[in-house]
Amino acid sequence: MIMLKFLNRAKPKGKLNRRQFLSVAAAAGGGLAIGFRPLAVLAEGDSPLNPLDVYIKIGKDSVVTVLSAHMDKGQGIYTGLATLVAEELDADWSQMRTVGATGNSKAYGNIAYGGTLQATGSSTSIFSSWTRYRQAGATARAMLIEAAAKAWSVSPQDVKVEKGMISAGSKSEPFGTFAEAAAAMPVPANVTLKEPKDWRLIGTTEAKRVDTAEKISGAPIYTIDVDLPNLLTAVISRPPKFGAFVKSVDDTEAKKVAGVTDVVNIGYAVAVVAEGMWPAIKAKRLLKIEWDFSKAETRSSSEIFDEFKKIAGEKPTVVATSKGEVEGAFASAETVVEATYEFPYLAHATMEPMNCVVAKTGEVIETWTAHQSSDGDTYAIAGVTGAKPENIRTHMLYGGGSFGRRTNFQSDFVVDALLIAKSINYRQPVKLQWLREDDMSGGYYRPMVVHKLRAGLDRSGEIVAWDQHIVGQSINIGSPFEAAVVKNGIDPMSVEGASDSPYAIPNFRVGTSYPKLPIPVLWWRSVGHSHTAYVMETMIDELAIATQQDPINLRRKLLKDSPRHLGVLELAVSNAGWDKPAAANVFRGFAVHESFYSFVAQAVEVSKLDDGSFRLDRVVAAVDCGVPINPDQIKAQMEGGIVFGLSAITAAEITLDKGSVQQLNFDVYDPIRIERSPVIEVHIVPSKESPTGIGEPPVPPLGPALANAIRQSTGKPVRVLPLRKAVGV
Amino acid sequence: MQVTINGQTHDLGGIDPDTPLLWALRDNLKLRGTKFGCGAALCGACTVHVDGQPVRSCSFPVSEAEGTQISTIEGIQGKVAEAVKAAWTKHDVPQCGYCQSGQIMSAVALLAENSKPSRADIDGTMSGNICRCGTYPRILAAITDASKALEG
Repeated sequence: MIMLKFLNRAKPKGKLNRRQFLSVAAAAGGGLAIGFRPLAVLAEGDSPLNPLDVYIKIGKDSVVTVLSAHMDKGQGIYTGLATLVAEELDADWSQMRTVGATGNSKAYGNIAYGGTLQATGSSTSIFSSWTRYRQAGATARAMLIEAAAKAWSVSPQDVKVEKGMISAGSKSEPFGTFAEAAAAMPVPANVTLKEPKDWRLIGTTEAKRVDTAEKISGAPIYTIDVDLPNLLTAVISRPPKFGAFVKSVDDTEAKKVAGVTDVVNIGYAVAVVAEGMWPAIKAKRLLKIEWDFSKAETRSSSEIFDEFKKIAGEKPTVVATSKGEVEGAFASAETVVEATYEFPYLAHATMEPMNCVVAKTGEVIETWTAHQSSDGDTYAIAGVTGAKPENIRTHMLYGGGSFGRRTNFQSDFVVDALLIAKSINYRQPVKLQWLREDDMSGGYYRPMVVHKLRAGLDRSGEIVAWDQHIVGQSINIGSPFEAAVVKNGIDPMSVEGASDSPYAIPNFRVGTSYPKLPIPVLWWRSVGHSHTAYVMETMIDELAIATQQDPINLRRKLLKDSPRHLGVLELAVSNAGWDKPAAANVFRGFAVHESFYSFVAQAVEVSKLDDGSFRLDRVVAAVDCGVPINPDQIKAQMEGGIVFGLSAITAAEITLDKGSVQQLNFDVYDPIRIERSPVIEVHIVPSKESPTGIGEPPVPPLGPALANAIRQSTGKPVRVLPLRKAVGV
Repeated sequence: MQVTINGQTHDLGGIDPDTPLLWALRDNLKLRGTKFGCGAALCGACTVHVDGQPVRSCSFPVSEAEGTQISTIEGIQGKVAEAVKAAWTKHDVPQCGYCQSGQIMSAVALLAENSKPSRADIDGTMSGNICRCGTYPRILAAITDASKALEG
């Protein structure tokens, strides 16, 4: 998400210092949060946080509840954090639970973003939590031991903890017995974490998901399920083109619907407030809104692509990477391959459309949603309501999917809900619920992108020159994070995965240009890698074919100084069984890519069907994400990321017709369904490196691996996405 | 208007008869396990059983529910439901979980009708349920396991 991209330059051990962070935090307030003071940060000399206050609650019933700094939208971080705590606490897995916690930046600030902003994104949750939550578990364990030793009048050295039981000699009690006393013990400053050889949960499959039971029982755990006394429901009518405003509203018919209490104009949209969803939906359909399109985007996608392609043919605005003598190398190259790629806007299309509940009691404002950045949203809440930070309570619920959608600089859907609540003077709590159509046409898409690429080969077939121009809207330029994230005019999120390519190409240049459009764009599961990996990994195959080399051998050669890339490459290839020839009408493709400090290789097989279309049958994937904390959850993210990538690359696109979004529901923005789900095998590198992300890294290689396989059959590359524009798939 | 949900009869008073069953369940009866995804019977998140058949409750008017037996995720019971939930637990199927009520309702309807479904049978029933997290490999494994448990 936000700042790790900035930190990409510094690798995970780097982080924003306090001064840098404060400048970011101040900027983040933007126009919304004037007078809002920066969030607190733990300074040297502060007393250590009490883990039994901020990270772990132990009940009298011995239930251990981990307080999660990170929002769980399916990626399994609640299970991951519980694993880290249970490991060091020596709890029994069956006693572990996890809930979301917010409102304490000292405790919950994301370490990857400088340690002060609570946010979940860029696959950083495990990186941020690896030491923090193990330390919390170990410290809590020491405090339980102290409390037991005191109660039993024995030396702490004689107290043992095992599987949720505390014992000394013949005495044995569960955690609950000493929970209260332990929480009041002095907090030890230095605890020793277990050696890897002593782990009994980390790296095993014993830690099953902590949320499966509630998620299969229909428990009311999402924002859409929140219920409060006198809760009203709001739906919203947003402009049919980006950048339009409400000119006038005729709500005569809408207000006649029984159960409708208010119709409110919030400037860029009109909301119906009602006693329940059905009257709200009915009334929304009866609104007559006249829109002001004078500042709206009214072009169609083809016109925008034409503009992007024109820009791509010119010099880039900024150069992100330049090494060697690129022009000289092209001048002496034997062959030059040129290619232009087009990537459409993509919607996150989470299963739960965006929503947020707002209530005001006295001076206290409360919000309930899957706050992906509760601190970022807190700025927005302060800005809209004028509430003081100490009077803001954000409740971080499960997200019914996110893929990046639930945090953005504007806190868009949170602000919608706040403005509606404010418009009715907070007289009753309000739940804003977007309909699918609102969600699909609501913007914050993966940007539309054009890549223009030249690659030069010398007489012996070596790749000697590479020049790439990436054209698309910047996510960060013009945002409150520009100052911190954008350096020398380069938004790293637009070039990541290309400008930092591991391929050993001596003369290498990547430039970028940022056209401005009124269509909001956002991080979308794997961000820049979602398009750069496709370009890099399909072009490597093209160049291999052009020079009669095996694509995998060419990668081996170009990656000889990148051991972790090579590690996953070999692990995937050796498990794919590709030493034997493929069956008739089966074609193979491969891709390897690093993103978010994790390395993924995918070897795929497609079948050509009788009707000439292609079906992805099998993916053999390998991943190196450092210490595999929960191998089964790594596998789950690999499976899910592959299916997610398959949906995007085969069929997904958001297009505009004279400025209006053409895909409003799942009939035309149709994700992969079960019958297209391939067989997926996952192999995990048994690494001892610090653990890194797994939410996003599985996505980038799938598209190019699939395209490379199809190309083996058709002989033609596909450069205009989704694939379905060119081939049946 | 009266409806029978999970074996209990409820009086919905003067509810608008066009109200989709989904919103009657969620707003009037406070049964919130059934989810809203698309409002157009395209994603399956709102799947319930009407007389044992899987139905997309977002596009099913409550007036048509009168005189039927409706089951939702909160009340689903019996051998098939237990086998499905056990298999879902074993495979840790859910990720975000939002579509899973619908997935389970579809899977139970499938196995209640056909305890030994082929892959084509599974695809036929389950293709109406979208999962954006991509839990399909585990849904397939869980249905296969549940089928074995029911056969065994």
